Amino acid sequence: MSARKSKTVQEFAQRADLTEFVSKLPNSDLLPVPVMKKIIEVSYAKNLSKGQVQEVVRQSVDQYLRSQVEPGEPVGVVAAQSIGEPGTQMTLRTFHYAGVKEYNVTLGLPRLIEIVDARKSPSTPMMMVWLDEKHRYSRETAYEVARKILQITLEDVAEEIDIGDGYVSFVLNEQEMEKHSIELEEVITAVKGALGKARSEKAEVEKEGKAAFTVINEEMTRAVGYRLKEKIKAVVLRGIKGITKVYLERKRLDQPVAGHDEEWYIITEGSDFARVLKLEEVDRTRTTTNNIYETFSVLGVEAARNSIIEEVISILHEQGLEVDTRHIALLADWMTESGQIKPVSRTGITLGKTSVLAKAAFEVTVNHLLAAAESSETDQLEGVTESVIVGNYIPMGTGMVELLVNLGAMRNVGDDERTKNGS
Amino acid sequence: MSPDMIRKMSVLDIKTEDLYDRDGLPVKDGLVDRRMGTLEPSQRCQTCGGLWSQCPGHFGHIELARPVYHVGHMKKIVEALKATCYSCHRLMLPEQEIVESISRYEKLEHRRPEQARLFVKKVVARATGSRSGEKALPMCPHCGVERRSLRLEKPVTIIHEKPEGDVKLYPDQVLMDLALIEDKRDIKLLGLDAEYARPEWMVLTVMPIPPLVVRPSIILESGDRSEDDLTHKLVDIVRTNKKLNECIVNGSARIVIEHWWDLLQFHVATFFDNEIAGYPPAKHRSGRPLRTIAQRLKGKDGLFRGGLSGKRVDFSARTVISPDPSLDINEVGVPKQIAEVLTIPERVNPGNIERLREAVRLGAEELKGANYIIRPDGRRVDLGRVKDRKEIADSLDVNYIVERHITDGDIVLFNRQPSLHRMSIMAHRVHILPGRTFRFNPAVCMPYNADFDGDEMNLHVPQNEEARAEALVLMLVQEQILSPRFGGPIIGGSQDYITGAYLLTQKSTMLNRSQVEQLVIAAGLDPRSLPQPAVTKPVKLWTGKQVFSILLPKGLNYANRSNTTHKDCKLEECERDDYVSIRDGQLLSGVIDKKAIGAGQPDSLLHRIVKDFGEDATSEFIDKAFRMFAYFFDHMGFTMTYDDVSLPETTIVQIDKQIAEAEASVAKLLEAYRKGELEPLPGKTIDDTVEQKVMQLLTDVRDRIGNLAADELDETSGARVMARTGSKGNMLNLTQMAAIIGQVAVRGKRIYRGYTDRSLPHFEWNDRGAEARGFVTSSFSRGLSPTEFFFHAAGGREGLVDTAVRTSQSGYMQRKLINALQDLRVDYDNTVRTPGGLIIQYKYGEDGIDPSKSDGGRSVNVEKIVERVVLNER
Repeated sequence: MSARKSKTVQEFAQRADLTEFVSKLPNSDLLPVPVMKKIIEVSYAKNLSKGQVQEVVRQSVDQYLRSQVEPGEPVGVVAAQSIGEPGTQMTLRTFHYAGVKEYNVTLGLPRLIEIVDARKSPSTPMMMVWLDEKHRYSRETAYEVARKILQITLEDVAEEIDIGDGYVSFVLNEQEMEKHSIELEEVITAVKGALGKARSEKAEVEKEGKAAFTVINEEMTRAVGYRLKEKIKAVVLRGIKGITKVYLERKRLDQPVAGHDEEWYIITEGSDFARVLKLEEVDRTRTTTNNIYETFSVLGVEAARNSIIEEVISILHEQGLEVDTRHIALLADWMTESGQIKPVSRTGITLGKTSVLAKAAFEVTVNHLLAAAESSETDQLEGVTESVIVGNYIPMGTGMVELLVNLGAMRNVGDDERTKNGS
Repeated sequence: MSPDMIRKMSVLDIKTEDLYDRDGLPVKDGLVDRRMGTLEPSQRCQTCGGLWSQCPGHFGHIELARPVYHVGHMKKIVEALKATCYSCHRLMLPEQEIVESISRYEKLEHRRPEQARLFVKKVVARATGSRSGEKALPMCPHCGVERRSLRLEKPVTIIHEKPEGDVKLYPDQVLMDLALIEDKRDIKLLGLDAEYARPEWMVLTVMPIPPLVVRPSIILESGDRSEDDLTHKLVDIVRTNKKLNECIVNGSARIVIEHWWDLLQFHVATFFDNEIAGYPPAKHRSGRPLRTIAQRLKGKDGLFRGGLSGKRVDFSARTVISPDPSLDINEVGVPKQIAEVLTIPERVNPGNIERLREAVRLGAEELKGANYIIRPDGRRVDLGRVKDRKEIADSLDVNYIVERHITDGDIVLFNRQPSLHRMSIMAHRVHILPGRTFRFNPAVCMPYNADFDGDEMNLHVPQNEEARAEALVLMLVQEQILSPRFGGPIIGGSQDYITGAYLLTQKSTMLNRSQVEQLVIAAGLDPRSLPQPAVTKPVKLWTGKQVFSILLPKGLNYANRSNTTHKDCKLEECERDDYVSIRDGQLLSGVIDKKAIGAGQPDSLLHRIVKDFGEDATSEFIDKAFRMFAYFFDHMGFTMTYDDVSLPETTIVQIDKQIAEAEASVAKLLEAYRKGELEPLPGKTIDDTVEQKVMQLLTDVRDRIGNLAADELDETSGARVMARTGSKGNMLNLTQMAAIIGQVAVRGKRIYRGYTDRSLPHFEWNDRGAEARGFVTSSFSRGLSPTEFFFHAAGGREGLVDTAVRTSQSGYMQRKLINALQDLRVDYDNTVRTPGGLIIQYKYGEDGIDPSKSDGGRSVNVEKIVERVVLNER
């Protein structure tokens, strides 16, 4: 044991040594940190000599500098093409896993469009809830947490519902109630709370026996009663509203922790990020939702940006399509640039453009022109679309080069030349 | 625009609605008065004296008898009226707030125009009280007069709601109210501009008449004139305006005046936009709605998207494409007929005069000829009409410009729509060929996403040196080998190339001297220097790997699994020759297949060659190697037969047994379901549970049968080789041909719709069995039963619909993406910015790496460098 330990210490010392050596090599500060780490790691694993390490760093710096983007590169268009082009290759159907556990997730093109349009909520919201030390190692403890999260509505515990003139009566299933440890009193309070909000639905709630209650309102017609029933059925008694399903999943750990070699986590259908994060048992550092707006309102724009990147990558990856992260990052950065999530559409990014012509050329042409007339806008002709419309070179790549000429100085030079030639 | 400005830029006041007099000449002061520009090429403009090609046209104007609204601005007009006091004409906000708002607005105005617009909206909403939750001031804070309540009755009526009843507010009144808004800050906060967009200008008193070039009249074959829709509309306006004027002068009854006034308003409104809700669209005599100004600008074929963002070009050609593996990847085969039409202007100089003279002599009808000459004085000579071209050729001198035909080696741009990424348009070198189609090397199919089932492609000829230089340096095919999408090669082999490569590099391929020489010559190399043969006795024999290695650059190291790899391949020790290992340009082990030379394969052999030896070396490698593969493939012979997918009797019996078992277990499951013995899966209804279990069962049996069949199929058969190397088809295709097609799914479910409670009348009602819900037990080689055939067709149809829907959806998404991102570029300081200078990223992609120059996304391929360093030291 001690021998092994000392070896690791030695390793550490050597690694630190190597790190210092590498960091002192010329130009090594130009390299990004991950590349440096990789160099150290590989050099260490292959047991390179100092001279070899030096050569590796030299070549790395060389390659790094040669792969830099050139000024004028239209990275926006390239990013848009790189994300858009695979879209044609994607399947439209919501994919389903051929496993026993089958959760319904929107994937592929529809999901990509959802993200790009910055929809307020995804069509299939879901969360991945990771658990704290106490709960993550066994199915039972994880199940405990899952039960806390899963919403239990009145419908889940109701056995019989009867609607008549002026009343709606509910008979509840005692077993189910016991299972979730729900008291009748509690149910009645919750129902009252749900009713209180709507004025037209003022009604009395009466307890009937051990597990039944009736909502009474003399004036209530059957139609109103029917609507009321639907409303009461949706009353949430336990768990977090909106979480309609939970699945327990396990993941094999790379290294066993305290004798456990697997870890449990929860996948939910439905999402309420803020409330899940409030739970003690949840590992807040790892829990995620696929609802980007929730991420945004709970954790901020930076997190939302990361969330966009992660989501897009996972969609593309799932379809077996390779797209460089840089393109996706650019899209995410542009969408979140203002501190809000702006959709990639005429109501979002395009609206923020300064040029009337560019906006008019995209969608709702006439309205943009009229608005521009009203506020007497001027077009700087800086963008691509405007340049194309008026027949200028586009301000990118070889078209970006501009020449600034000092005409006064030119005149003098010309004079000099002329006198010289003349004499 | 102010009425004064309209009058100032106008060249005439339109006074009559007549267009032509009896002689067919334009009437003076009419709507087609030639002072507004000329329509015939021979005439000079009566205003500027320019020819048809020089005169941009000139506006006229009409003095309207009574003011009318501009429909497009109705919302803003009402907003402005509501937001201001009708007594003192100030913005209905406390002075304090106006001061604050204006300073806030001015800050935003230039930095964030879109937020400035939103801010104005908010201010106006506060002043008018239209924003929910905010009550507007009931009285004007400046003069204390009570607010009047206004309402816009669409399309153009403004109603003043008085306690005693609604009263219509007429445009002249509105005009007065708006004109009296004086305070510059107020106007600014209304979202208008005191100098260039005053509020009262939204009510028209003078109407500008667009020039004739905007609304040309056409002369029909019959000799009749046919006027443009806009002119028709203008005639209506002038006529109504005249009538209205007469009524006013004659002192007609109020109601009569109002009638004509409303009509004038209608005509002016539909002149601008003929799709206003609440107005019937103005129709042509034939009943076709008129295409007025808004309609001209709008939509895909409107002026903006159809005419300004996309323009038609000369010097382009389009025809069907077909493959030609003997061309280099950066060549394009151009038919003679096209090469004789497309030209490049070349200025004559002492260096090229003889060549151009020859071109002129050949003329327009001959390849490598020329179509036009432009003399230094600017005159154009059409060589197709000249009798004695020899004379012209001799008169050719320096500084003449010859528009010569394109010839071999010229740079052209080649494109296939949809142009989804930048590799959809690449520069090729011209190679003139007989035939009528464009031809190119099939290795370039992938970037264009082209096949040869009737696809057509476009060709453009750059017209000056600058354009040619850019095309050559930036757009040539080999410059595009690495896709910026993932930093891997997008050009590469497919189908027969891959099969050919596999057959050549197989372990069993041994070639004698003449065969090797043939191959080497096919690749375009010198057959005199061959490597040492692997076997010398009894005859000299070379391995296929050796021959392939001749093409590889020296110093190339590469190691990767091949497409044929089994899961538990022992890499270097692989006994099945599935691990490709190349050391110093020698293929030591492994077969070359899709993983190594396939198009769009990351970390492939091609990828390695591009990264280590550059684009030009790669394009050369592709040219040569692929020709060798194709040659070998042709001469080796390769086919697929029915036998490749037919199974022995014993296997068929086994398969049938499997199917019978599966059907039995499905029946058992359904029986349990019927009896209600089935436990639903958590979170599922019982019906869903059954469906899922059945699906599971059937998928399993299909997989089992698939494996069964796979074991029986001959490893060396054509079909199997193609599937294994990845050149065409996969194992699923083969099992479907040989053993079983399996479950047909529509919308992710088994087929359940069609008839009441059954999919087809051939089955019992509510039959949930395998067969009744689209499980196809036949194979393609065995043939499908009628019901199976129907189900299979249903599945196939879904696929077609799916593709159709997907293309339109993803096309729109891409348009949005491009539109949103197109203005971003890397600036000189390596930041990513908008043209306005707004920084989006401080360093592109956080490390400043161009994905198309990266090594499969990695900025630095450390492993490769270490490997190289270690090897070099040895």
